[in-house]
Amino acid sequence: MKGITVPWILTIVAALATLPLLTASNVVLNFLIVTLLIALVAQGWNVLGGYGGQYSFGHAAFFGTGAYVTAIMQMRYGVNAWAAFAVGIGGGALVGAIIGALTFRSGLRGSYFALVTLAFAEVLRILASVAPLTGAGVGILIALDLRPQAFQFQSRAPFYWIILALVGVSLVVVRMIEQSRFGAWLVAVRENEDAAKALGVNPTRVKFAAMTVSAAITAAGGAFYAQYYLFIDSGIAYGSWISVEALLAPIVGGVGTVLGPLLGALVVKALGELTKLVTGDTPGLDLVVYGGVLILIVAFAPNGITGLLTNLRGHFMRLRARALGRSDG
Amino acid sequence: MAEPLLRVEHVSKRFGGLLAIDDVSLAVEAGRVTALIGPNGAGKTTLFSIISGFLPPGKGRILHRGTDITGLPPYLMARRGIARTFQIVQPFAGLTVHENIAVGAHLSRRSRAEALKAAAEVASAVGLANLLDRPAASLTVAGRKRLEVARALATEPELLLLDEVLAGLNPTEVAAMLPAIRALAGRGVTILMIEHVMQAVMSLAEHVFVLAEGRIVAQGSPREVVSNPQVIESYLGRGAATRLVVAGGGHG
Amino acid sequence: MRGSFYAALAFCGRMLSPIILVPAVLNGLLTGAVYALVALGLTLIYGVLHIINFAHGALFSAALFAAFFAYRLLGLDPYIAAILLTPVFFLLGYGLQRFVIGPAAHGEDRNILLVTLGLAVVIENTLLYAFRADTRTVNLDYAFNVIDIGVAFLSVPRVIAFGVALVVALVLWLILTLTDTGKAMRAVAKEKLGAELVGIDVVHIYAVTFGLGTACLAIAACLLLPTYYVNPHVGNAFVLVAFTVVVLGGMGSVTGSLLGGMFVGVVESLSGLYLGESLGQIGIFVMFILVLLFRPSGLFGERA
Repeated sequence: MKGITVPWILTIVAALATLPLLTASNVVLNFLIVTLLIALVAQGWNVLGGYGGQYSFGHAAFFGTGAYVTAIMQMRYGVNAWAAFAVGIGGGALVGAIIGALTFRSGLRGSYFALVTLAFAEVLRILASVAPLTGAGVGILIALDLRPQAFQFQSRAPFYWIILALVGVSLVVVRMIEQSRFGAWLVAVRENEDAAKALGVNPTRVKFAAMTVSAAITAAGGAFYAQYYLFIDSGIAYGSWISVEALLAPIVGGVGTVLGPLLGALVVKALGELTKLVTGDTPGLDLVVYGGVLILIVAFAPNGITGLLTNLRGHFMRLRARALGRSDG
Repeated sequence: MAEPLLRVEHVSKRFGGLLAIDDVSLAVEAGRVTALIGPNGAGKTTLFSIISGFLPPGKGRILHRGTDITGLPPYLMARRGIARTFQIVQPFAGLTVHENIAVGAHLSRRSRAEALKAAAEVASAVGLANLLDRPAASLTVAGRKRLEVARALATEPELLLLDEVLAGLNPTEVAAMLPAIRALAGRGVTILMIEHVMQAVMSLAEHVFVLAEGRIVAQGSPREVVSNPQVIESYLGRGAATRLVVAGGGHG
Repeated sequence: MRGSFYAALAFCGRMLSPIILVPAVLNGLLTGAVYALVALGLTLIYGVLHIINFAHGALFSAALFAAFFAYRLLGLDPYIAAILLTPVFFLLGYGLQRFVIGPAAHGEDRNILLVTLGLAVVIENTLLYAFRADTRTVNLDYAFNVIDIGVAFLSVPRVIAFGVALVVALVLWLILTLTDTGKAMRAVAKEKLGAELVGIDVVHIYAVTFGLGTACLAIAACLLLPTYYVNPHVGNAFVLVAFTVVVLGGMGSVTGSLLGGMFVGVVESLSGLYLGESLGQIGIFVMFILVLLFRPSGLFGERA
């Protein structure tokens, strides 16, 4: 079937891995790391939203859980940073499973689903802003310990390679889902739930599984964030900013495609940087641009960049066929 | 007589004040083509929805090979071998024809490659082979109806519920579809079809049930049913049967 | 041992005593009326357009800022400013639906979700960019007036807000029942295709409804300004509460919004009393989630 194959994914990842060797600029590396981080979080959203058709407005719930669990495991229970990372992913997946079990069992879809996910994320944010466990209003600082064993590094390059590896894994996972029965069922549920039911698909279970996978991937992004910045609080971890970026990137890049979130993250982050260049560092303007982009994309390019490219390719092929004097397909 | 493949026992269904299905009982024999006919609004699609698990019956049971399957969710019905098409076609619009049918094929196959292969075979059987890579949304009505059938067929059902699969087709398209359905029956698939196109009913069905105002008013072979006065009345109104006889007599 | 038990009991007794409870409930009702007004806009929009307006919160923040600046720059008392701002925001809402949301969404549900979200992000962050995150308040002489009804002291602005909210609800109900436009709105809400076929301009009705919803926000903002504060994020806090009200009272039900609003106001007041400010908010969200999960049609509304 169409779509990007695993060998190509690995090629792209390998090519991207060489970037730190080409530049020593911390600014560039930081930009790339943040872009890949968003790409990872966005890929998580893409599994549930792009392939599953369930648009979550509260993916911060999983991002934040991944971040907090990682931080808390290390700072309050002395767990090794890498183990804490894994537990963070597990924690995020668990939250995803719980929310999924609750919402899909009730048959919530569409706007109601978006609302409920928004509410869950808000509840977590408020809880995190008052609970002593999460540092209440102050947040959590991960102690500086610049050793690889502590998942902290002197230079940015190792961070870059780690987030790149995570993104690479997520790309392969999503491709494998695309090629699997689960993926076919997931997409069927997205397109027409009743028709899918009549063909033997159990929509609740499929959506639940998608939510759990989606949450795990996004939580990995959150856990990485905590390790990279070494500080989180309720506004960062569970704030609406990450819920927005998590859905904006796939929509810009192309929902329901393997590379969409990565492309979208690149465009969104580049736009953000551009905005900052032109107008300075005042908070809020980059999000204004994001909101505007969201509206424009929905209005003019609902399938995102990937969709535009596919359309272009279609036009090009037709032109070519005509030029060569052959009749249409 | 062997246990019928499907038995509907005293099923009733009420929607608010409307009794849509009123104590309906019928049996579908394995390997046969059975038709369910009746005027519009008789409750035929409602009955299908109950049999396939989309609606729970108010009263009564559905038995599959003697096992009570009443109230099972649709996906479990499908896994038991009961597949249905929808009166208003429901394609997976964003997917290609091939991918559409593959979803059905995945019911009994894990591997994508196998499902795609099986889907291609089913497509050939219903005449969609040359449209495999088209987006489902670009098909004509006739194409979509074939796709409905193909998808259901790909689940390798024992019992296929066809809901007005010929509606909206012109005579040429109907003529093209009939052999396909006949071939299905030939392969051993039991078919229960809701149909208005009498030509299809007469030429395909071995047994016919007539549903009017939620009740079974007649059953039998197509010929028997079509000349049954009560059936005529339920379609054409009270007294129509007598009027027809009189008119027939008048014309000699 | 026994002493601390009695002390705890006395504490509970004090907490539950009418002296504390009654004012809390009454204040909850007063706040609830403003929630109801915000929710009215939401429920109207949902009832007719069948969309959940994610931009409602940001628009409320914008309305608050507008009321604030009407006072600061034009010297308009909020209650007077309402007369000016209501039509302005009606037009704003009308324009947004007619020229932005409607066209951009191509009618698809998922797209409408995203467009209203996009609008919310744009509006909220424009406010953030233009006015910074500082909290502002207005100082009005009458802001702290109270009336003594014996069992409680009630803040005058809040009583006024309560009264006006009820009036607005009544006016809306009258519009829906008696005017042609209102009947058209109800027709579109029930059966859009049929309404189109009998010649109703659905695009226009959609825009009018959205405009009315936004106008409600303008009124609510002016009513709230004397006793509340303004910053770009306030709208969000209010709107999640408003969502709760709408879901509780039933999507599309005016009565439901009123009663739901009061109910939520009381719950918030009481849980704020016992759990403190922040956790009080959680009480509402938890209720929201529970209602969505177990009874999405709410107490008065249509099936989800």
